[in-house]
Amino acid sequence: MLRAQGRAVHQCDGGWVPVFVDQEQSISLMSVGFLLENPDEALVWRGPKKNALIKQFVSDVAWGQLDYLVVDTPPGTSDEHMATVDALRPYSPLGALVVTTPQAVSVGDVRRELTFCRKTGLQVLGVVENMSGFVCPHCAECTNVFSRGGGEELATLAGVPFLGSVPLDPELCGSLEEGRDFIRDFPKSSAFPALFSIAQKVLSQAPARLS
Amino acid sequence: MEEVPQGCPGTGSAQAGRGASCQGCPNQRLCASGAGAAPDPAIEEIKEKMKTVKHKILVLSGKGGVGKSTFSAHLAHGLAEDENTQVALLDIDICGPSIPKIMGLEGEQVHQSGSGWSPVFVEDNLGVMSVGFLLSSPDDAVIWRGPKKNGMIKQFLRDVDWGEVDYLIVDTPPGTSDEHLSAVQYLSSTHIDGAVIITTPQEVSLQDVRKEINFCHKVKLPIIGVVENMSGFICPKCKKESQIFPPTTGGAEVMCQNLKIPLLGKVPLDPHIGKSCDKGQSFLIDAPDSPATLAYRSIIQRIQEFCGRHLPEEGHLISS
Repeated sequence: MLRAQGRAVHQCDGGWVPVFVDQEQSISLMSVGFLLENPDEALVWRGPKKNALIKQFVSDVAWGQLDYLVVDTPPGTSDEHMATVDALRPYSPLGALVVTTPQAVSVGDVRRELTFCRKTGLQVLGVVENMSGFVCPHCAECTNVFSRGGGEELATLAGVPFLGSVPLDPELCGSLEEGRDFIRDFPKSSAFPALFSIAQKVLSQAPARLS
Repeated sequence: MEEVPQGCPGTGSAQAGRGASCQGCPNQRLCASGAGAAPDPAIEEIKEKMKTVKHKILVLSGKGGVGKSTFSAHLAHGLAEDENTQVALLDIDICGPSIPKIMGLEGEQVHQSGSGWSPVFVEDNLGVMSVGFLLSSPDDAVIWRGPKKNGMIKQFLRDVDWGEVDYLIVDTPPGTSDEHLSAVQYLSSTHIDGAVIITTPQEVSLQDVRKEINFCHKVKLPIIGVVENMSGFICPKCKKESQIFPPTTGGAEVMCQNLKIPLLGKVPLDPHIGKSCDKGQSFLIDAPDSPATLAYRSIIQRIQEFCGRHLPEEGHLISS
């Protein structure tokens, strides 16, 4: 998604060197995707092996000076999630952004994710409702393809901040596929204000935690 | 919560009982003696249990959020519309068990009988099992590592009294990990008809589907075909079609052509699907004329035809 496919991971004295995805070297990335010879190869690993790699990604990568480390996780409340929380605990993580789609079936699973955060002592920065409405490019009618409002209801129910709803924008999807910078290329997109607002809310929470 | 040590090398590993992380594990002596490497007796027990199950279908996806559980549920509904067909739906997404909600069975509990756990029945001919039925609150999280999830899957396959079943559909979480390996391994002494792989049209999704296909090849699981979900959207106002998830590399159609795998069908995005699932109702009944319903029905028919061509033989093994 960040147009970094096929790049190699190198070693330095401080450990693995993360891959920079932009000219300014403001975003670096580490993924098991970089360690696969063949991108179509399935990683058929059970829990312990995944846990070991996650630990390595946190402690053996030469991240350097970072303002933010963002960790993308698979769905669920299992090995990867526990390993990540354990590996990051010594570094006092800011917290978790919990993403849901609007419909009740999705919210039904994400409630359990919030319980996971509570049980593992992970602060919830807030809930994001993704894929929240689609604006028809032909007639501008907005249809709630995956229903609407579930994310906000969930946040209210759980007593955590609701950070915002991000509508479905095919340009966002297309940008990710082509590795383009969506925020730079589509500032007029319906998704942009939502994404920007959410980022601002996260940034505003950060200084308070650092003190 | 978790009995095995974090660095557990695995009971079948050469390091079983001998690794550094084995120190202090209650099973250390057992593993070191080599007993852990012996075949799990449950596999034979499951083989016996599965003798009354004619067809077994695994529903897989590389990625989350592509509509796998929605598809599994509607495959079950569609097959069970023929009251002479006995259908069972097993949800092995241990951490995110959505099947009870989609099937309108939230809050139901599992009962024990002399012959094992009873599935929860939606209709007389459609039974469902999920870890969701074992949780007392909708907020309960199943924070389990692999071995405990595997144990649950073993129990589902061995201890549920499925009875005489024409189709057992197994809904899985996204990925190629513990749950998938366990399902294939525990069913390794039986005949699995094959896997249906769900994707959405965009390349980011297809990339993960290719891994899923690779997984099937690695564990010698036949592939019934691929379903492309969320394939186009018809605006309810102007009726024009848009691609919400653009098939930038040709979608599942091109991928299937390249990999010589059947494309079972493309299901358009219909907002009513999500609504039906939220209400726990069959979308096929709620919206019989929707293009999505027609697509589902055609796909279900193709799956039935595939299963009909590959009848189980006595003692047929799939090697793992």
